[in-house]
Amino acid sequence: MTLLSFDWALVIEKLILIVIIVLTTLLITLYTTFGERKVAAILQDRPGPNRAGPFGLLQPLADGLKLIMKEEIIPTSASKWLFILGPGLAMTASLMTSAVIPWGTDVHLFGRTIALQIADVNIGILYIFAVVSMGVYGIMIGGWASNNKFSLMSALRAASQAISYEIAMGLALIALLMTTGSLSLKTIVADQAAGNWWNVVYQPLGFIIFFICAMAECNRTPFDLPEAENELNFGYHQEYSSMKLGFYLFAEYVNMIMSSAIMASMYFGGYDLPFFDETTVAPNIAAMIGVGTLLIKIVLFVFLFMWIRWTIPRFRYDQLMNLGWKTMIPLALFNMLLTGALILAKL
Amino acid sequence: MSIIEVLFFALSAFAIGSAIMVLVSKNPIHSVLWLILVFFAISGHYILLNAQFLAIVNIIVYAGAIMVLFLFVIMLINVKKDSEPQKQFLVKLLGVVAGGSFLTLLVALVKQTAQIQGRTLLMKDGVIGLIHPLGKALFNEYVVPFEISSVLFLSAMVGAVIIGKK
Repeated sequence: MTLLSFDWALVIEKLILIVIIVLTTLLITLYTTFGERKVAAILQDRPGPNRAGPFGLLQPLADGLKLIMKEEIIPTSASKWLFILGPGLAMTASLMTSAVIPWGTDVHLFGRTIALQIADVNIGILYIFAVVSMGVYGIMIGGWASNNKFSLMSALRAASQAISYEIAMGLALIALLMTTGSLSLKTIVADQAAGNWWNVVYQPLGFIIFFICAMAECNRTPFDLPEAENELNFGYHQEYSSMKLGFYLFAEYVNMIMSSAIMASMYFGGYDLPFFDETTVAPNIAAMIGVGTLLIKIVLFVFLFMWIRWTIPRFRYDQLMNLGWKTMIPLALFNMLLTGALILAKL
Repeated sequence: MSIIEVLFFALSAFAIGSAIMVLVSKNPIHSVLWLILVFFAISGHYILLNAQFLAIVNIIVYAGAIMVLFLFVIMLINVKKDSEPQKQFLVKLLGVVAGGSFLTLLVALVKQTAQIQGRTLLMKDGVIGLIHPLGKALFNEYVVPFEISSVLFLSAMVGAVIIGKK
């Protein structure tokens, strides 16, 4: 009887890792919404949320409680199953990215070596790309199932925007792959941590392209055309209420955190703390320092996202498409050509 | 039964079930969504064959890009049940007969192929599906067909742009 004969300890280890990563991500997301409101308040010279708890720290809990207590409304003309599936899919797709991100070096516990990464697949970057392209479905299904013209328009906008910017994003990634020679995120981060320069030094243009595309993929201002209130009332989640709406809003923040984690891992050394030799401390402490470093990098990127959101106004839709197709894609192609030429010249 | 066989049968049942749902769904949007599930099940099969690259590219290209465009078009043209042309019974019957004959032909062909007779599938084995061996094979042994197919892709792209400009 060989049915279900595999390493149960590994399964339990991975399950615990998944639960920890998902819960931590959701907790950070909760406080990212708070951070967004605080950053907006600072940039607009006002105090921001400061009533619930000390410094308003309980505000995200109050917001969450409010969302849960609201009435669940499913419009009578909506396609019921798809209406429920939409927000779930949006949330799943954004959380799935976390599977290939290396959160730190190996930890030694109970005589086992535990890698702080859920899955080290040798196609890590392509996996991220696939999951990103799945994210569109949550929005499209939700927008269509609502049976509302504004929702549908907005869903179509979101989808065409995501498809357009995915191309430039993929081309920027190809240039990065040419320099690293590996698709596994674990190898890419380990190479950077082993004392080499961070990849952003080799790929400055690629990083800028990737950053702009990530912003467009997350539907953040200046690319938040799907949520343009003055044209589309509210966006693809117009008919949603209660926690289903919450899931859509949350998924945007999870997306932001995940793209920050990817950018930190691919271009900014991941868990690598600069000017610090990890071999001088115990492996477990080094791993913890690595996790902390990655979290700090993520927070910095998230702050950058917010800073841009509250500084730059929204594009017009044709400007957005022109930027995507006529600027970003040629630029990404040029970056790829340049990288190839430099690699050839060095050989 | 090993875990791989369990997964194989589960994925196969999932793929065939979803494919049947594509056909029987009244709403074209539901059909497209079921078709996406079929692609996922097929990607699962690729992973069982240790062809990770193929699996993920299948998801990126088919489930991620082509099906989004399908959804797009169907959402925009907004197909209604009553605006769809209703086919006559005889046409439907002819379709069933033609499709059934083609299925018989395919099954007969596969059963008679000498290369696969009496051989079992290699599961979770072989490296050709991994990205390094695949890249080496494409750019060494098969470089001419590979380049020709890229030229074909390019001409398809140029054609699409020309049609779009009209």
